[in-house]
Amino acid sequence: MQKTILNETHRQSGAKMVDFGGWDMPLHYGSQIEEHHAVRRDAGLFDVSHMCTIDLRGADAKAFLRRLLANDIDKLKTRGKAFYSVMLNDSGGVIDDLIVYFLDEERYRLVVNAGTASKDLQWMATCLLDWRMTAELTPRREGNAPLAMIAVQGPTARERVWQALPDCRNACAALKPFFAAEIGELFIATTGYTGEDGYEITLPAGRAVDLWRALVGAGVRPCGLGARDTLRLEAGMNLYGQDMDESVSPFDAGLAWTVDLKSPRDFVGKSALLNQPQRQQFLGLILLERGVLRAHQQVSTNTGVGEITSGTFSPTLQQSIALARLPLASAIGDIVQVTIRDKPLPARVVKPCFVRHGKALV
Amino acid sequence: MSIPSDLQYTKSHEWIRDEKDGTVTVGITDHAQELLGDLVFIELPSIGNEYTAGQEAAVVESVKAAADVYAPVDGTVTAINQEVVDSPELVNQQPYEAWLFRIQVAGGVDLSSLLDAAGYQKIVDAA
Repeated sequence: MQKTILNETHRQSGAKMVDFGGWDMPLHYGSQIEEHHAVRRDAGLFDVSHMCTIDLRGADAKAFLRRLLANDIDKLKTRGKAFYSVMLNDSGGVIDDLIVYFLDEERYRLVVNAGTASKDLQWMATCLLDWRMTAELTPRREGNAPLAMIAVQGPTARERVWQALPDCRNACAALKPFFAAEIGELFIATTGYTGEDGYEITLPAGRAVDLWRALVGAGVRPCGLGARDTLRLEAGMNLYGQDMDESVSPFDAGLAWTVDLKSPRDFVGKSALLNQPQRQQFLGLILLERGVLRAHQQVSTNTGVGEITSGTFSPTLQQSIALARLPLASAIGDIVQVTIRDKPLPARVVKPCFVRHGKALV
Repeated sequence: MSIPSDLQYTKSHEWIRDEKDGTVTVGITDHAQELLGDLVFIELPSIGNEYTAGQEAAVVESVKAAADVYAPVDGTVTAINQEVVDSPELVNQQPYEAWLFRIQVAGGVDLSSLLDAAGYQKIVDAA
């Protein structure tokens, strides 16, 4: 089992550890629900060092990403600006979803999922070769200068980070959403996976334990992957492997907004997407009775059958919520039936964003 | 993790208390609640339902997973604990106080087939 540099720190804090795609990671430190509330109401921190940072450098770096990603890299014009994109295969399925940071014309930083990192790197290396482009891919999770990543999220997260890293205060405070600043060895980004303000801090692995302790000292609550999942689901954010994978088109996973079909450029998967229109709608569900929606439960609608891709109990709404692929004719406000243990229970179709900045949206 | 010595247990992590009036009270163990994590939904049987030992009688769901709770003996449900339906977290906080349901045991109480605390401890240690 692989371990992050913070593994021992988690164990000392009483974390319940689980195997997360081959990584020994904290599920929670006592109560997943209290950790969830800490992020919505105050601040929480997550070890996300299992995710893989990949540095891309070289004369063809931009041309490479222009062809590799479904989102248009030319949108990133300001230093430090980031976007979310999917990386597709030739048949238009999602190989992975990732964040790209623009550092300069020949330098980008990508952050990909833990379980897909080696597959992604292989795919990218093959593309580089096939396209005869010159750029260097450097995964930073392992190797001689490994990086760790700590996410600090919540309404008070930013102040707490300034407290723990006073030297970074000015540079950090100036960051707009979806930007990053390189401050010495630190890479601080205003990205996240919770629907709250905060930072994702990438730093040399050797400095991670000290930063973790400083943040805990500043009153930030350690949170496990359990809370991370309920937070991202409330925020309506997709999880790779659950809400989409290589067999799913981004159009059927609510990710059309990340696919740029306006620019004339070609990218991997574009022709496949143009030849296969959207088949399903990716929407949210709220269970109207007591119970818990779970992945793979069947959804019956007036116009056909759908399936839940992610479901949970929402600690903020105190109701069960889900993301689901539904028939194309489904609309917000529809009442559908979800089969839970052989019993049909009514659920309402909603926009797939349930909570933002601590506020219920549905 | 606590395993009170005055209770009986099953391999499927229910605890059973003999009420000495022909009924037994059933809940889930400290180990079970810890494995499940924060409970968010509990579905209890209806009063009057009849079960044979090993049949699904209730469901407890955490943020993480759903688990069946089995009737540990043959009998009829005579009472359910509505408090845990309204506040499932009580089972996390006090698993041996927050009981789920009570069964009138068919043919008189005989708990000899159940595990005692030491027997259940072995099951937990082996897991």
